[in-house]
Amino acid sequence: MNPISFLTQMIRIAVPYLFAASGGVIAERSGIISLSLEGYMLTGAFSATLGAHYSGSAWIGVLAGMFGGLIFGLIHAVASIRYRADQVVTGIAINLLAIGVTRFFLKLAFASSSNSPRVAGFGGNINAHGFDNPLLWMGLLVAPVLAFLVYRTPFGLRVRAVGEHPAAASSLGIKTSLVQYVAVAISGILAALGGVFLALDQHQFTDQMTAGRGFIAVAAVIFGRWDPVRAALACLLFAAAETLQIQLQGNQLIPSQFIEMIPYALTIIALAGVVGRAVPPAALGKAAE
Amino acid sequence: MSSRFRENIEEALFPPLVALLVALICGDLLIMSYGQSPAIVYRLLLEGTWGNAYGFGQVLYKATTLIFTGLAVSLGIRAGLFNVGAESQLAAGGFLAALLGLALSPSMPGILAVFLCIIAAIIGGAIVGAIPGWLKVRFGAHEVIVTIMLNFIVLALLNYIVAAKLHVPETLHTPEIGNGGLARLESFIPAFHGSAANLTIVVALIAAALTWIYLFKSRRGYEMRAVGLQPEAAEYGGVNVGATWMRAMVLSGAIAGLGGINYVLGYKYYYEEGFAGGSGFLGIAVALVGRNHPLGVVLAALFFATLSQGGLAIHAFVPKQMVEVLQGVVILAVAMSVPEVRAALRRARKPATA
Amino acid sequence: MTAPPTAMGGRENLAIRMEGIDKTFGSVRANRGASLEVRSGEIHALVGENGAGKSTLMKILGGLQKPDAGQMEVNGRDVTGWSTSDAIAAGIGVVHQHFMLVPTLTVAENIVLGMEPRNGIQFDYAKAVADVQKLSADTGLAVSADSKVSDLSVGEAQRVEILKTLFRGAKILVLDEPTAVLSPPEVRELWAVLRKLRDAGGTIVLITHRLDEVIEISDVITVMRAGQTVDRLQTSDTTPAQIARAMVGRDVVLSSRDEASALGARTEGDDATVGSGFHPSDDMTSAIRVNDLVVMGSRNTRAVDGVTFSIRPGEILGIAGVEGNGQTELIEALAGLRPIASGLMRVNGHDVTAENVSERRDAGVSHIPEDRHRRGLILDYSVADNLVLGLQGDYSRRGILAGTRIEENAQKQIETFDIRPPSKELPARALSGGNQQKVVIAREMGRSFSILLASQPTRGVDVGAIEFIHSQLREARAAGKAVLLISAELKEILALADRVAVMYRGKLTKVMPIESADEETLGEYMTGSRSESAA
Repeated sequence: MNPISFLTQMIRIAVPYLFAASGGVIAERSGIISLSLEGYMLTGAFSATLGAHYSGSAWIGVLAGMFGGLIFGLIHAVASIRYRADQVVTGIAINLLAIGVTRFFLKLAFASSSNSPRVAGFGGNINAHGFDNPLLWMGLLVAPVLAFLVYRTPFGLRVRAVGEHPAAASSLGIKTSLVQYVAVAISGILAALGGVFLALDQHQFTDQMTAGRGFIAVAAVIFGRWDPVRAALACLLFAAAETLQIQLQGNQLIPSQFIEMIPYALTIIALAGVVGRAVPPAALGKAAE
Repeated sequence: MSSRFRENIEEALFPPLVALLVALICGDLLIMSYGQSPAIVYRLLLEGTWGNAYGFGQVLYKATTLIFTGLAVSLGIRAGLFNVGAESQLAAGGFLAALLGLALSPSMPGILAVFLCIIAAIIGGAIVGAIPGWLKVRFGAHEVIVTIMLNFIVLALLNYIVAAKLHVPETLHTPEIGNGGLARLESFIPAFHGSAANLTIVVALIAAALTWIYLFKSRRGYEMRAVGLQPEAAEYGGVNVGATWMRAMVLSGAIAGLGGINYVLGYKYYYEEGFAGGSGFLGIAVALVGRNHPLGVVLAALFFATLSQGGLAIHAFVPKQMVEVLQGVVILAVAMSVPEVRAALRRARKPATA
Repeated sequence: MTAPPTAMGGRENLAIRMEGIDKTFGSVRANRGASLEVRSGEIHALVGENGAGKSTLMKILGGLQKPDAGQMEVNGRDVTGWSTSDAIAAGIGVVHQHFMLVPTLTVAENIVLGMEPRNGIQFDYAKAVADVQKLSADTGLAVSADSKVSDLSVGEAQRVEILKTLFRGAKILVLDEPTAVLSPPEVRELWAVLRKLRDAGGTIVLITHRLDEVIEISDVITVMRAGQTVDRLQTSDTTPAQIARAMVGRDVVLSSRDEASALGARTEGDDATVGSGFHPSDDMTSAIRVNDLVVMGSRNTRAVDGVTFSIRPGEILGIAGVEGNGQTELIEALAGLRPIASGLMRVNGHDVTAENVSERRDAGVSHIPEDRHRRGLILDYSVADNLVLGLQGDYSRRGILAGTRIEENAQKQIETFDIRPPSKELPARALSGGNQQKVVIAREMGRSFSILLASQPTRGVDVGAIEFIHSQLREARAAGKAVLLISAELKEILALADRVAVMYRGKLTKVMPIESADEETLGEYMTGSRSESAA
């Protein structure tokens, strides 16, 4: 096993997680439960494919993907904030909706139940190991940028305040709902970019291509204790385990299914507080006043 | 008294009605975007489901699984817990039933074998349900995330066991159970010929009845609902909240696990990878639309099953994926309308001031 | 009742003028035509018991609530119904009783939140720290700007809250029960700060029920009671007794029976026990005996700090006191809802210290909780179901609820206790406060018990139901039950109790026979201006 190839493959696998987990972090830090990352990702992947297909340009695809994620993020935000719907239910609903919508329009636009035609994308140069894909670079930068946003900007401070103690924030005149809307919109866009990467890297959209990555991102958010950098490290950890399993395929040392379980098992352990407590933002999931 | 009864009905029925309305409007839009006429498509949907015996049989079959998962989720919610793990509890139940079925000797009388397999299904689901229950009581770990994570873990584990040890070559399923299973309805009612509907529907209805009795007529059910409504008052009433949570998760898992027999004992007579097919998650929608009441769950299960089967029936006109979109829309609409309706009704009927 | 005297001098000096303020929450009228006049540059105390409406009035001033009726002026400007941002901009700073601080953020972050100094797009944290340190030095309010709020002591956290308001240029400071969580030296520090702020031209409104402190620090006092403003006094001209009288009096017309009892028309002799309160024979004769009970409260404090008392069968022990002095924790511990940190509790000679709620119920302890909406009733359950809450085990057979017995019980209780409307299927939510309380009482007193823990039994209950509840308590005494009555209503205690104790800051300060107790004396104990310990 070649360390270079291990690293490059690990990074390629990590990028969707990095995008989605970053989205999850900002939304949950503002107090909104984000189980809908999977849905945002899938929407982003499909929208990007649509955009790239009709425009012939991968970058238009990126914009289209971001837009798709934004729309779904706003749906989630309106349902959770304005209508105070149960945030777990809306998260699951968004995921189901994304599956349905992408499949429906897949049929409508491409007359297929399984995949789109080949579209313009990024990368493709084997020797570049994926590093000729600008989205890969963006993916690597997303966590530090988000960390900056959360810890070094006034907006980030307000997000953290609203997620911990919304009453304190509103007593100082901060519009907590607005903060949450923006945070969820950002999360939709970021998570969607994870899907955009997937689709444009493969130059096509396939049905349910996100395959549960959104939930690994949720695991990363929790395992990373809602901190952008820690969540990113968790993403890398999970990606490393996945890469290990792929590259060791022949050896069958540990069955692949057990490697699959790692992110989820680690998250449960984190929640049980066996290795230090994973404490969510105090106001997570409670509809703001 | 009758006005309070009416208020209860209002609060219970408005959200699903709102959801139905929204679904209809959405359906219209999607159908028209495909250049079809909603009226024709809806009629076709009804004909393909309730309009013919085969279709109705399929509706019953699909509804059966949804009744189990819907009951499971709604029981948890009555106790104040959100069980998102019905999918893996369902799979685990089906798996254990299939496993036992394989292990039993073919000479054992069919009825006894089926009965034991049913017990196995219940145990399978109960075990998977107990884990998040224990973690919540002991560590305060939130059951939503634990059940979501556990879904993946359990499904991966089952995948491994089947793929590595138990599967029939070239397939993703276990060998067939020799003792037979639950008879198909077609053996009693020839009209159902070809459909997967089987006696499990009877088990499902019995389960719904038993759940109703448990929740509303039993002591533990009284305590469980109290914990879900006002845990502090339940505590005051001497109820052990932690034990109640544990009970709720175990029962919830057990009911979901029981649902596995629909496929494993009633349809294919083996366990197959992925047989749950999202029924666990849809159970959440069923519980929500059914307002967490066993009767509502049965009706909601029939509704979603009709949608699902109807999608197949109209496939020539509109992609069946439209149904999936409608599912998501209905769930969102109901979720949004529940707090809204409650607030509006509360505003409308101000309490009399002393 | 005559209108309270108004401020002297012209209106121009008024920093705050509130008049005719009404505010209702659901069925609770928190403010009824309340008024307040505060002149610039004075320290003004707003006093009253819990539920008097002080906090609500100040929330309206601070823009956190809007009044249903009435007017408000700040520095001569009409500001009725303004928002928190308006209030902050106009120089009003509110320091809440329950701190509005984000625990995971630092002091500096909390203080500048909402008006963060910037350096380009960045939040200039260094400047925030520097600004906070400067303000801290200028005002003498020592804080460590870089510490996380969750690490602070209560006194420090309060200083941060005050700095938060000063940072926004507050000239009118409202502090809601600031000393509730402070130790005596911290209180003295706070006074120094407040005096300094006043001397610098600030106006301070202090919400409190601690009269010793009011006398110490304030210039003017406004007294509120039951949502209304009842008196206005110059601190230099008044006495604690006068203030206490204004605070605790009630103008509800009592029944003649209650009046007679309050005037001492009773037949049973009482032991004139003062001090630790038990005889050698107490073990045998006391229905409930409590020794050196310690119960922990929030923030690791001792909410109940070594309480000892006993109650004999056929006796009512009344514990008076303003809420927040440990009564809630005491009664919850006695009922089994809160762990007893140390000490002993015996019921009919039998040690129940380690027993849970059900076991204590079986031992004969009935509990009328102070918050029927949170503890005492499940609002969505029917009246019939509520009438067996805590007794569901007795009313079931082999796991199934005995529906007929439950209905019969409900029918009987509804008739006996005259619960209206007389429907057992109605959800408890639909009943009035008085009838809801009757359901609780019917349940707790309609079964076989030997000890009754009654906490604020007539709170939020109409006059007719009050009379009924009082007669029920008397009947229980006559039937040989031991009753612990905790109430913030002095007249209630005086009308019903055989012996009275006062709870202040977690300790039982004095147990006395009813003959030696009167409103004024008790009022003084209740508000801390007199204290003789029980043990």
